[in-house]
Amino acid sequence: MSTPALVIVGAGLAGWTTAREFRKLDTSTPVVLVTADSGDFYAKPTLSNACAQKRLAEQLVTTPAAKMAETLNVRLLAHSQMQAVDAAAHSLTVTHADGSSETLAYRQLVLATGAHPIKVPMQGAAAAQVQSINQLTDLAQFQQALGTSPKTLLVMGAGLIGCEFANDLVLGGHTVHVVDPATRPLAALLPAAASEQLQAALHALGVVWHLGTTVQSLSPRADGGGLSATLANGHAVSADLVLSAVGLRADTAVAHAAGLQCERGVVVDDLLHTSAPDIFALGDCAQYASAGGRTLPYVMPIMNAARALASTLAGTPTPLVFPLMPVSVKTPAWPIVVAAPDPRLAGGWMAEDLDAEAAQAGGAWRFMDAEGQQRGFVLTGKQSTRRMELSKTTVL
Amino acid sequence: MKTYICIVCGFVYDEAVGRPEDGIAAGTLWADVPETWTCPDCGVAKADFEAVEV
Repeated sequence: MSTPALVIVGAGLAGWTTAREFRKLDTSTPVVLVTADSGDFYAKPTLSNACAQKRLAEQLVTTPAAKMAETLNVRLLAHSQMQAVDAAAHSLTVTHADGSSETLAYRQLVLATGAHPIKVPMQGAAAAQVQSINQLTDLAQFQQALGTSPKTLLVMGAGLIGCEFANDLVLGGHTVHVVDPATRPLAALLPAAASEQLQAALHALGVVWHLGTTVQSLSPRADGGGLSATLANGHAVSADLVLSAVGLRADTAVAHAAGLQCERGVVVDDLLHTSAPDIFALGDCAQYASAGGRTLPYVMPIMNAARALASTLAGTPTPLVFPLMPVSVKTPAWPIVVAAPDPRLAGGWMAEDLDAEAAQAGGAWRFMDAEGQQRGFVLTGKQSTRRMELSKTTVL
Repeated sequence: MKTYICIVCGFVYDEAVGRPEDGIAAGTLWADVPETWTCPDCGVAKADFEAVEV
């Protein structure tokens, strides 16, 4: 057993930012960071725009793991898996790549284990060939399969990540098909008219939409060249690769086994405290009381959560209060900024009246609640530069 | 004119384009961007940007 330390599990944005913010407040407490991957630091949103910029996965790393560990005075346990947590004993067991294992005592434990891509069940002999990109190694594998010549790709999911990849891959010179059970892209986030603009803009670049349907089966093509997807609407789509971007599910396995309360994610209160003493969680694995029990798998919530948590860990309990957090959708074909209203709110989208020329180039919508207050907004195209203005008039 | 990338979220500041919506005119050099300016996508400070190698 080692000296009780602050132990952080996960070296994504949530884990590293917590370490960094904590070190600003406390330079002496030992910090141990456990990660299943290398621990290299990179900007995760760049996963979905690397292709058009012709950047390889390894080029996305901004700070190598060793440099991060040295700068922050962190003991880094890379390529190591958290096996179990003993909440009563304040310890966790970790297995290293060489098969050895280690028990770490913690003063406080932070779970920043992230999320896994959801896999949609499908039929067919090639179903296991569906890829997802949620970390650097996924992107490296995908880029290797993609090769250097133009390919035909089938993207499952027309949400934020699906649309970003579709735009990125089509800019990279590939032919892109997108399948989604919804009848329009970003259906959960945008008013219908904004979705239709995005759909048209990506269509103009060559994206082929298959909306209101799903992939039923994926098989190797009879002629030996690539894959053939059969859709629920009866159509068939030939593709070299299939990329699934249907959403994320919080990684709660070890937390759940340790007896922590988990629902969609590890349940945390406004101090990011789980149901067990001295165990905290943030990032894609957490569901936040500060967000009405939602998971928020975006950069801005993680930055806010890590700052509040670091302060709490360093001895000043700091409740997490999320500010307005507009999300930029990286679809250069049709830029979009969304400040999503709380999904429990009753209300509706109101389009701003723009003259015909402006309406061609963009759109602005405000989400108005029953009391007539603006609680969210969507800006598209040229209007997307008005983020500051609409943020000011939005009531949280 | 150079570009700078936010190491946290990948947001790119292009000196040639500036950031007019934040009151930073096109052509504003990185050195002249106010220290109080923060990344519009993730909120980190100027110090968390680095120059993009060309």
